[in-house]
Amino acid sequence: MRLILEKRSEHSEFMTLMSPLLAIFLTVITGAIIFALQGLNPLEALYVYFVEPVTSMWSIEEVLVKAAPLILIGVGLSICYMANVWNIGAEGQLTMGATFGSIVPIFFTSWQSPLTLVAMLICGAIGGAAFAAIPAFLKNRFNANEILTSLMLVYIAQLILDWLVRGPWRDPKGYNFPQSIPFEDWQLLPTLGDGRVHIGIILAIVAVIILSILMSRTLKGFEIMVVGNSPRAGRFSGFSRKKTVWFCLLLSGGLAGLAGIGEVAGPSGQLQPSISPGYGFTAIIVAFLGRLNPIGVFFAGIMLAITYIGGEGAQVVLGVSDKTAQVFQGILLFFILACDTLILYRIKLLGSVTPQQAAAE
Amino acid sequence: MTEKMSVKGGTAARAEYLLEARNITKMFGDLAANSNVTLKIAPGEIHALLGENGAGKSTLVKIIYGALQPTVGELSWLGETVNIANPAAARKLGIGMVFQHFSLFEALSVAENIALALPGDIDLDELSKKISQVSSEYGLPLEPTALVADLSVGERQRIEIVRCLLQEPRLLIMDEPTAVLTPQEADQLFLTLERLASEGCAVLYISHRLDEVKRLCHDSTILRHGKVVGTVNPQKETAASLARLMVGADVHAINSNRVSSPGASLLKLNDLNQKADGPFGVALRNIELDVRAGEVVAIAGVAGNGQSELFDAISGERLSSTAESICINDRNCGLDNITLRRRHSSGFVPEERLGHGAVPGFTLSENIILTRHSDDDGLSRSGFLDRAKAIAINERITKDYDVRKGKPDPEARALSGGNLQKFVVGRELDRKPKVLVINQPTWGVDAGAAALIRQALIDLALSGSAVLVISQDLDEIFEIADRIAVISRGQLSEAFPASELSLESIGLMMAGAHEKKDSHITEKASA
Amino acid sequence: MDGTQAIILTIITASTPLLLAAIGELVVERSGVLNLGVEGMMVMGAVCGFATAYTTGSPTLGIFAGIMAGVGMAFIFAFMTQTLVSNQVATGLALTLLGLGLSGLIGESFVGLPGVKLTPISIPLLGDIPFIGRILFGQDILVYASLALVVATTYVLFRTRIGLIIRAVGDNHHSAHSLGYNVIMVRYACILFGGACAGLSGAYLSLAYTPQWIENMTAGRGWIALALVVFATWLPKRLAIGAYLFGTVWIMGLYVQAQGLGIPSQFLSSLPYLVTIIALVIISGNKTLTRVNTPACIGQSFVPDR
Repeated sequence: MRLILEKRSEHSEFMTLMSPLLAIFLTVITGAIIFALQGLNPLEALYVYFVEPVTSMWSIEEVLVKAAPLILIGVGLSICYMANVWNIGAEGQLTMGATFGSIVPIFFTSWQSPLTLVAMLICGAIGGAAFAAIPAFLKNRFNANEILTSLMLVYIAQLILDWLVRGPWRDPKGYNFPQSIPFEDWQLLPTLGDGRVHIGIILAIVAVIILSILMSRTLKGFEIMVVGNSPRAGRFSGFSRKKTVWFCLLLSGGLAGLAGIGEVAGPSGQLQPSISPGYGFTAIIVAFLGRLNPIGVFFAGIMLAITYIGGEGAQVVLGVSDKTAQVFQGILLFFILACDTLILYRIKLLGSVTPQQAAAE
Repeated sequence: MTEKMSVKGGTAARAEYLLEARNITKMFGDLAANSNVTLKIAPGEIHALLGENGAGKSTLVKIIYGALQPTVGELSWLGETVNIANPAAARKLGIGMVFQHFSLFEALSVAENIALALPGDIDLDELSKKISQVSSEYGLPLEPTALVADLSVGERQRIEIVRCLLQEPRLLIMDEPTAVLTPQEADQLFLTLERLASEGCAVLYISHRLDEVKRLCHDSTILRHGKVVGTVNPQKETAASLARLMVGADVHAINSNRVSSPGASLLKLNDLNQKADGPFGVALRNIELDVRAGEVVAIAGVAGNGQSELFDAISGERLSSTAESICINDRNCGLDNITLRRRHSSGFVPEERLGHGAVPGFTLSENIILTRHSDDDGLSRSGFLDRAKAIAINERITKDYDVRKGKPDPEARALSGGNLQKFVVGRELDRKPKVLVINQPTWGVDAGAAALIRQALIDLALSGSAVLVISQDLDEIFEIADRIAVISRGQLSEAFPASELSLESIGLMMAGAHEKKDSHITEKASA
Repeated sequence: MDGTQAIILTIITASTPLLLAAIGELVVERSGVLNLGVEGMMVMGAVCGFATAYTTGSPTLGIFAGIMAGVGMAFIFAFMTQTLVSNQVATGLALTLLGLGLSGLIGESFVGLPGVKLTPISIPLLGDIPFIGRILFGQDILVYASLALVVATTYVLFRTRIGLIIRAVGDNHHSAHSLGYNVIMVRYACILFGGACAGLSGAYLSLAYTPQWIENMTAGRGWIALALVVFATWLPKRLAIGAYLFGTVWIMGLYVQAQGLGIPSQFLSSLPYLVTIIALVIISGNKTLTRVNTPACIGQSFVPDR
């Protein structure tokens, strides 16, 4: 038996829509098997993981809180990957966004104005974009691989933040804990409803809408797709690969930075050595699960946020490790990539019969 | 030639064939690339496999060489049915093949390239000696330690041939070998092939060049749409009768009702110089050219002598160092990008259709936007796209240029080579540019599409535009060009009126006769 | 044992995992495949190596388990990218994300447990030579194995037919296919070899470098190994030099930190990552250095016509 791919003449619209759903389905099946192997009731475990997070208002709010950064970052990354620009350092850009944005509350403690928050958000976006500018510059100027440089910068960003909160920015009244001074009310993002959900999710939705229009309606979006699909055709079309690299990295870096300051000025309320449970990396999965389409990214972000909350729930209810969620996310990405093959290819299983034998029969 | 014919006698009279392919059918999905094809080759025979692009020649030889498996049908070797599972099995039998697209490795040496085609573990030093011996014996000079990346196309072909000869083949398959050679190099190749045949080696010679086949081959099998339409002795046929068999109808003659009174200069290259792009590129040197309104100027040359570099320089995909080096429509454009040059009423059609001229996964209407987003027809207004307009333009172009497609707006990759080329050419012609530059206009395109494209180019020139055609196909060049220049190692000859040039004189220029001696020497020294 | 000797010894132990992982990836890339999952394969090698050695008490079994974990991860990558022709960059990232998650899950019950250390071999007499005896003849077996691997890889790649085929497949898979080589099988083999090396490298971390299991203990070494391959312009000899340079940077950072010169530890810890970026910039900017040895097909999927 051999597995054979047969190229389709055009991409399959049906599979484009089906592949993420199929991937989720396969992940759920795999999850059930894993739970069963751990001696748990697979149906109960799946319920805790994927359904319970959306059954109560409280947990839905938690899902939205987690979805906001995932969507913000994921939508930026989806545009990068569309352009074949492999920014995998969003976690670092998030960290630097959080750091830059915190300059406002830490150094201008008493500046109380409606503009305070705006300034924080802008600084956050600038911080993320500036940090993403490094791989963009190195790529364009020295042809240095942006995958490796952006990833290395994640470690560097985390060490910078670590140094700041343990050193110069440490809260003098914080009992030596590695954290900055707590932000004041006017330095925190306004909340919606009961008070957990902050306006980060609104920012994410706005970003999704704007980028969705950018990609489907504008020449800029067209340019990004051409350059990503076929660099040679991009040059023929008069589009600059270098400008695209700049645009995509600055945009995705800025959005990641926004997500970063959103975390600090939202759920956490102050700078700490660790401000994200790997949102920058999970957002890579979000981007792919969303088929690199901004609208798709929105739903994918919600989906992945559910697994975060489900994972926490499972830890409490079933005593399952919180690492399980991360494993699920990894498996999900594999299934997405595998299912994407179906968009361009038909898969055939070939028996060990050779064509000659087949003809003779 | 005639003596040889009498030695061989009628091939059909021989009881024993070296190779027989019987009732071969090969399906790709629903498409039959070969249907019920039968082919017989005797030892010592040079057998032509004739057919247009897309007639199924390549598929058939790949089956014989074991690179593809037939859906139905069988092969026999010296009268015994064989299953040629892969190329290694074919080579074991004694079948060697020289591909049209060479199967070479640029980063490896000549000896390593040859070793890869031979079975078993091989001592490279010993092999190098053998290479030198065989190559001098057959007049195919090669340096075993040279890197393939540094070699010319002709030299690369020699590697392929020596590769086969070292295996002492009984059947040598040559896939369009002269497409990449100068006429003189081709003559040398024919001598080698004739010598091989006289030693008893059979040659399967694939071509669509009828004069060559008439001159060289003893027998021929003609394919059309994947079916055998004739097995004839080419020496007893006329070129016209062979062409009729190949195409199925009389070849459409180009109607070039030209009044040769060209007008103002529209495209001018003034001392265009460009450094090579990386270690494997070609540098352009002191290029001078003038293309006037109403004329078609063609640039001939062997592949890899700077054609694509020249195209990129004129189109603006690579910028020049001075504005004056390229002048389009009285504007010095050397520093303008391709979009600005297009706005200045010029159009460009590159050699590679998929991935350069068009994005494979984009629909045709999106591919319209690709080159026309900055035109005045409103495809893009203040940054926003008007896709409906693109669809309308696409409808017009596909109708005007007879682009056949399965649905209204398919992806570019779903089109056949000929139809996509008609689309890519039509997309530019539809803009009625004053200057059109086109690289390999009919490469790998069926005869119908080729005729349509050539006619369209001539018509554009007649309407008062300047047309520059870069082509390796000398037949095409003589068919459409008013003046012809030749490019060799990045240097361009003067453009001579087509009527003053013979095949021979072009061949000499293709081999570098017009190159300036001093630069020739520096090239050697730097290599 | 004086200070200098101790530093040199730690440099060797710090360089070895980089070298092991990078030499495997070098072979993978020579065959035309870019596997960004080195970090994931490595961390799985580390956790499986540690867990096995801890459970059985045998570091040898631990090493074997580490190798197998790397191979298993590499097989997933090979199946995805070669059989299903998925995007190599994305699949490599997926492999790393999965590896980091899965290793955390597997290793949860092993956090903080005392490890089983791979004991250095000691050659009598030679090992007793002052200063250099311990450095040259008193290392653990994997240090020698890593150096032997460099020599063997150089030999196989440039002196044998197998190596010629690997380089050919990486340079032009269409040509290799038309000459009858099974491109996909060659790549499968190279990817699995790369996985074995990465797994071994991970096991070295958790059995010899710091004999314990810490979550994410690879700390980006897999990524640095990837950068090293570029830095070495795909040549094994340069790779060995590069790995030792990086090992030196890594240890010098720790050393200076221990001296307490008042430089924030975070700056010193970031040195290896910073140096990686600088190294990449220096090499990548040089077109002639990179282009000649860069496998032309790197990262491209191959689907044969049928």
